[in-house]
Amino acid sequence: MSAGEIFANLFTFEDYGELVALLANSLIAAALLGVVGGLISVFVMARDIPFAVHGISELSFAGAALALLIGFDVVAGSIIGSIVAALIIGVGGAKASEKNAIIGVLMPFGLGLAILFLALYDGRAASKFGLLTGQIVAITPAQILTLIICAFAVLIVLAVVWRPLMFSSLDPEVARAKGVPVSALTIVFMLTLGLAVALSVQVVGVLLVLALLITPAAAATQLSASPVWVPVLSVIFAVTASVGGILVALGSPAVPISPFVTTISFLIYLVCRLVGGRRMKSLDRRRAARAAAEHSASLTAA
Amino acid sequence: MAKESEVSAPTAPQQPVIRLRDAELRFGSRVLWHDLDLDVAPGEFVAVLGPNGTGKTSLLKVLLGQNTLSAGTAEINGSTVHSGNPAIGYIPQQRGIDPHTPMRGRDLVGMGIDGHKWGMGLFSRGRRKKVDELLAAVGAADYAHAPAGTVSGGELQRLRVAQSLANDPSVLLCDEPLLSLDMHHQKVVAALLHEQRVKRDTAVVFVTHEINPILPYVDRVLYIVGGHFLVGTPAEVMTTESLSRLYGSPVEVVRVGGRLVVVGGEEECVDHHHLHDEDLAPEGAVSR
Repeated sequence: MSAGEIFANLFTFEDYGELVALLANSLIAAALLGVVGGLISVFVMARDIPFAVHGISELSFAGAALALLIGFDVVAGSIIGSIVAALIIGVGGAKASEKNAIIGVLMPFGLGLAILFLALYDGRAASKFGLLTGQIVAITPAQILTLIICAFAVLIVLAVVWRPLMFSSLDPEVARAKGVPVSALTIVFMLTLGLAVALSVQVVGVLLVLALLITPAAAATQLSASPVWVPVLSVIFAVTASVGGILVALGSPAVPISPFVTTISFLIYLVCRLVGGRRMKSLDRRRAARAAAEHSASLTAA
Repeated sequence: MAKESEVSAPTAPQQPVIRLRDAELRFGSRVLWHDLDLDVAPGEFVAVLGPNGTGKTSLLKVLLGQNTLSAGTAEINGSTVHSGNPAIGYIPQQRGIDPHTPMRGRDLVGMGIDGHKWGMGLFSRGRRKKVDELLAAVGAADYAHAPAGTVSGGELQRLRVAQSLANDPSVLLCDEPLLSLDMHHQKVVAALLHEQRVKRDTAVVFVTHEINPILPYVDRVLYIVGGHFLVGTPAEVMTTESLSRLYGSPVEVVRVGGRLVVVGGEEECVDHHHLHDEDLAPEGAVSR
């Protein structure tokens, strides 16, 4: 097969306009999940717990697989799975290193359970695959409504706890000294993270959740450290990846959505990383210049 | 630089900022210290010294309302200690910040003003002005917009001082704030803290391994060893006789070029090798 033929197999943009109209609901849901993912990922970066996202997604997978097996709602199953995981991780360890060990223990267990449930399930193979790679174009209007309600729940919780959560994520000792309920906020955040993971699983699947919950803020923090710009950029990046991924995937009947979402997300990160590398160098130079100036000032004074 | 006050105990009838009475702290069966009476006057600078594990940081946590006394009372400004007391400014032990952490220097300071409040926090000119004033007061305006993870250790501690002063506290609790700084910046940050406490009449309780950088400013020393303690001026406490009695073994306090070196006492505890390294630094003379 020549490259041209592969491309022709991958993409057909016939009836594109009609497809977009058909999937308007999915696109709205994807945009909303982009907003949620972009904001949550800022806190994932601030707390330095990207690994937790991965751990939660594996248990979300197990929950969804169990739901599939027993004929329960798959979205609800993945939400329950991820919330259980989020609570275990949130209660389990205060420090990032303790959390990492717990997640490392939890992850293979979750995956194993999921594989067990899928092995027992004898329904359509596409339903199994959908859990791994995302299924937002295939879910029902009722499920999309669930997603939208949960997404708004996450956004409202974030709006209420934003400042103290940021304080306790970035500067836990001083936050605790100022009376911020650091431990309670950790649980609240892990719950919202669990919800966000479960929602994102619908778009990109279990394996690629990181593309919506880590990469956007990881890219944004390459460019800025501002408490306004990092969330704004992160949301823009996440929405671009989730909606853009679907729009590109519509032209490609053969390929699921998630590779496009992750590729867009990765490309955004790559560009930010290149720009951010120069920014870091310039910040280092300025620090060195300040140190030199201070040194010569102290020499003059002495 | 002369000391602010030659009086070791507050003579004025003003209310102490910190008041500990018969205070005892125990974890399980282990008593860290007991029968501790301490009054800290407004604007007073108290150094808390002693080997690791003697409950210096735990004392700060009692004042922060995070540890509960097993006996006795602890009051700040006349009311029992409690968590989230706005009368307290806190400078924690320094830990590294990742350069990509989404926080600039001025955000660190700003969180000290309203980081504990619920909601998103809207833009306010008053808040920005307050942050600018705090940054200017500690001389950190130059790098306030740099990510907090990309400034030097000394610069970060200036930001920490500004953050701790954000709510005009009546007492600053400092937990080893000079620990990872070089000699020069230890002196700079200590001088900055002193300047601010004089200007604002803020009491300072300063937990440290190393008294020399703050020796010019310290009014009183609380020296804790194995459950026992001594309170007094540096001249009273930091002597061979006093510390030998406190340690219960021969300890020598040597004066080298204006610096105090405690020989002997520290050897019974681990993790103090860095302290001796610092003490040997040739440029270490404190001008007094």
